[in-house]
Amino acid sequence: MQQLLSLEYIVSILLSGISLGGQLALIAIGYTMVYGILRLINFAHGDVFMVAGLVGIYVTAAVPVYIAIPIVILITVALGFFIERAAYKPLRSAPRMSVMISAIGVSYLLQNTATYVTGGQPMTYPTIQLLNKTVDIVGTPIKLVVLITPVLVLILIVLLTMLINKTKIGMAMRAVSKDFETSRLMGIKVNTVISATFVIGSALATVGSILYFSTYPGITPTAGAMPGLKAFVAAVFGGIGSIPGAVIGAFLIGICETIIKGLPSAWDVSVFSDAFTFALLIVILTCKPTGLFGEKATDKV
Amino acid sequence: MKKIVALLLALCMVLGLVACGAAPATENTETTETTETTETVETTEDAKVVKIGVFEPTSGDSASGGKKEVLGMQFANAETPEIEIGGETYKVELVYADNGSSTDKAPSAASSLVSAGVSIVLGSYGSGVSMAGGPMFGDAGIPAVGVTCTNPNVTAGNDYYWRICFLDNFQADVLANFAMDKFDAKVAYCLGESGNEYDQGLIAFFKQVFEAAGGTVITDSFPTGNSDFTSYLNKAKSEGADVIFTPVSIAYAVQIIAQAASLGIEAPFLGSDTLDDNMVLEAIAGTDLQLFVSTFYQEGGAPEFDAGIKEYINTNSEAMTANGGNDTISAVTAMGYDAYYVALEAMKAAGSVEAAAIKAALPGVTYEGVSGAIAFDEIGDAVRDTAYIKTADTANAAWILETVQTGSAS
Amino acid sequence: MIQKQKNIKGTVGAMIGILFVFAIVVFLENLSAMFTNVPAILQPTSQLFTVLKKGAVYSLVAVSMNLLNGFTGLFSLGQAGFMLLGAYTYAIFTVPMAAKDQVYYLYGGSAVKFSLVDLFQSFMGTGAASLICAVLAGLILAGIVAALFAALIGLPVLRLKSDYLAIATLGFAEILRAIFQWQTLGPVTNGANMIKSFPTFSDFNIKNADGVVTLRLSTLVPFVVVAICITLIVLLINSSYGRAFKAIRDDEIAAEAMGVSLFKHKMMSFITSSFFAGVGGALFAMYVSNAQAKVFTSAMTYEILLIVVIGGIGSISGSVIGTFLYVACSEWWLRFLDAETYIGAFKVPLLRSGFRMVVFSVVIMIIVLFFSRGIMGDKELSFKGIGGLLSKCKKKKTTEGEEGTA
Repeated sequence: MQQLLSLEYIVSILLSGISLGGQLALIAIGYTMVYGILRLINFAHGDVFMVAGLVGIYVTAAVPVYIAIPIVILITVALGFFIERAAYKPLRSAPRMSVMISAIGVSYLLQNTATYVTGGQPMTYPTIQLLNKTVDIVGTPIKLVVLITPVLVLILIVLLTMLINKTKIGMAMRAVSKDFETSRLMGIKVNTVISATFVIGSALATVGSILYFSTYPGITPTAGAMPGLKAFVAAVFGGIGSIPGAVIGAFLIGICETIIKGLPSAWDVSVFSDAFTFALLIVILTCKPTGLFGEKATDKV
Repeated sequence: MKKIVALLLALCMVLGLVACGAAPATENTETTETTETTETVETTEDAKVVKIGVFEPTSGDSASGGKKEVLGMQFANAETPEIEIGGETYKVELVYADNGSSTDKAPSAASSLVSAGVSIVLGSYGSGVSMAGGPMFGDAGIPAVGVTCTNPNVTAGNDYYWRICFLDNFQADVLANFAMDKFDAKVAYCLGESGNEYDQGLIAFFKQVFEAAGGTVITDSFPTGNSDFTSYLNKAKSEGADVIFTPVSIAYAVQIIAQAASLGIEAPFLGSDTLDDNMVLEAIAGTDLQLFVSTFYQEGGAPEFDAGIKEYINTNSEAMTANGGNDTISAVTAMGYDAYYVALEAMKAAGSVEAAAIKAALPGVTYEGVSGAIAFDEIGDAVRDTAYIKTADTANAAWILETVQTGSAS
Repeated sequence: MIQKQKNIKGTVGAMIGILFVFAIVVFLENLSAMFTNVPAILQPTSQLFTVLKKGAVYSLVAVSMNLLNGFTGLFSLGQAGFMLLGAYTYAIFTVPMAAKDQVYYLYGGSAVKFSLVDLFQSFMGTGAASLICAVLAGLILAGIVAALFAALIGLPVLRLKSDYLAIATLGFAEILRAIFQWQTLGPVTNGANMIKSFPTFSDFNIKNADGVVTLRLSTLVPFVVVAICITLIVLLINSSYGRAFKAIRDDEIAAEAMGVSLFKHKMMSFITSSFFAGVGGALFAMYVSNAQAKVFTSAMTYEILLIVVIGGIGSISGSVIGTFLYVACSEWWLRFLDAETYIGAFKVPLLRSGFRMVVFSVVIMIIVLFFSRGIMGDKELSFKGIGGLLSKCKKKKTTEGEEGTA
């Protein structure tokens, strides 16, 4: 008990919490952007993240890491784009439930295909030298990736916000998320905008997967399920559809979770780290039904 | 029209993905398959067939272990594809059913074996699925021989289940004694997956033995699907653990070892039979960690078997993939190998391939396997009093035999 | 008047249909006792009966989910959680006292010092009647516990809209799982270990004095229980409450304006659905002959949701048909894809373990993409519609078949 109050321990817990939060944030953005535009919970997003990890393993086996990273991003982006075109676009006019089921189906397909391809063996993510260097911070060895993650996440988010606020495609995205039909009437190519959303979401998920699997190197076919679900919770937490909300939600969840895991073993509560995430979500939702930064939905009669 | 295009695209994607994965595996198999098929051609002409059911997970969390266990049986089957019972020669055919590492899929997998008309069942890796499938075999009157399912409840209360491995309580006892003898350990930190009967069972027994001897045990659990173990490992370090006991499944073990390496954990890790695996060995290679695992078999224990199976793995790319890409022999493979021969022994003792006769003969079966002598007690558990403790040689990525330990008698 | 007559006709027809199904089930399962040399598929241990049992159990859960999602328009993903509650309630209270020490071997016995089985045996003897009563009491108790929990969480959760409701209920299911896996509660829930040795379906097979089974009823039992439960759900849906549910689904605001109490009816639908999910969970425990929190994951909920959608959102008979097709496909008909197969010396490419699930998920994607209204849409199976449906079904089967060979 006493030992757990040492500065060394607290710093190590907080740092890994922040890094986990950053990785979740990169996934959560994908969820929240898609939801903002299509009103679709893209259940397959967590599995795209897992596939990005697997592709990373296979590609780095063939080419050097620094060439591999752009290739991995390209492949994952293509996968995200393709999933949207094949599984969601045909259902544009179908009820929302059907699209969501389609997303669950894609998630199922990705997981089962991954099981088939890997033969169910857990895979180990390759070591990327730069990320895996250890540095000492107040006596705790910390992987560099833990320190790089929050910085990289912030940079990416600033870029993304600029893209959304300053560019033409960003403006189109905002328009589509406000009103699907009207923006179509205004001459916005809705399908292009939606594809762009999926491309951005998948690219960020790939960056997330590189950071995440460098920190936690084991990949199983279900490795995307839990981070995906948590990222989704983070998105709901911040108010689904809002990018800053998703990022803040992700950091909050990441930090809370690691703190719970770090509580003294004698209390026997570390099993509840996931459960706590959900409990927190439910509390937030009952107080503020659309999340922290969610827009208040107005029902049209 | 659009729909058709989308459908074609979807099919292309799936086939493409599948082909990527299948390509390396199918290329080299042809050579070995042809040898196998020629064998079949020779034997099938007038031989009768007896079917052995292989009830193992080849998908889900335990797929890695399940496949290695199957590997042992396949090798044994390739080595002894025929059996003579009552003057007649039977060709032994393995029938597979994937229980998906999940108790809700296990009953139907078990019944698929029953439907296939197997005479005896081997497996499974993982106790939960064995318990879920057990009643199906019991109803059908088919005996089942557990290979590495170590939970006491597998055989208790089921007349049709036997097993050739030791039990959780024995294994935990061995490890607890080892920790105290070797490291003079006073504080043990135990980490297991929440809701996994294997992990929690071992930890509970470990705690009993370790605390009875005056030590302190800190237990901790992580939720299913967890991948961040740094908090747990830092906690173990801060709470002053002398040893860290992690009886977890392979995927988690790999994560724990990889993360412990970057945290510079000095306390030795203790693992159960699941950690005796290539993946774990690969993860620990080149680090400064210490890992000791208790297991059923140590490479070198039966040189003939070692050489045979290594050749089998090296000449069969599918076997190589199943073994995790190298030819280090896992204990579960040796156990699978022994289980196959126990099944043959039982058939010989029964003098029949009828399930009922085999069931009646099983209690009396004894067999000198590569993993040691096998005999059954009245519950159906193996009479075993030794476990091998191996340590990971991190420089050469190999296992070294540390000691052979017997139960709590010491 | 005409409407009423039609209803009576329909009810009688449905009852005859259900009894006919029961008769077939009993007949099939006992065929091997009547004749020797029945084909392997009709042996009582064949996969046919495993699939029938699982199909029956899952169809109840699917219908209960359909009641919420399809008839009331509440998008809830908590089904696995309620099943878990049901399974554990049933298991904890029906493990016979004699078996408790063995089952709870890590905790030196159970904290629950009585068992429904022993309770009923103490005043009804050890006959079949006491077993039936104990199991029935266990099932009802399972439903009640799940319903109580639903009432408890319904209060805060049902205020949420669509996706928020989905994620909140999913969250509750995950929390429940964590609690039931908690080692500290071990004396009650057996921690990570499974609870077993309680009465299961095969205990209903009638044996003679030598212990030889004379009449097999193990498949009939889940069918009867599920048929009763689904009938109750259908009665509810056809009542004025059911019409209120549908009004809420179609337009909440309009329904409220018409004087339908939103909260009351949502709550009612939620509690009823949870009750039957709880019973379904208990039946599931009987099917797998154990109760362990590990299997009640969100993946299970997704699976059931898939079944509901494949069957047709808002169609009871669709859910039932969908369940049997889904279970048979995933666990039986496609199993050959997992085995490496040789035609002569030629090795069929791609077939190896894991391929079954890949093909299966492709089949699902195709159904979702091209038949997004599901097998039945929101219509119900009726004798009148059967003719038209048959041709439709045939079409579907051929597409599935093509996929299987692709």
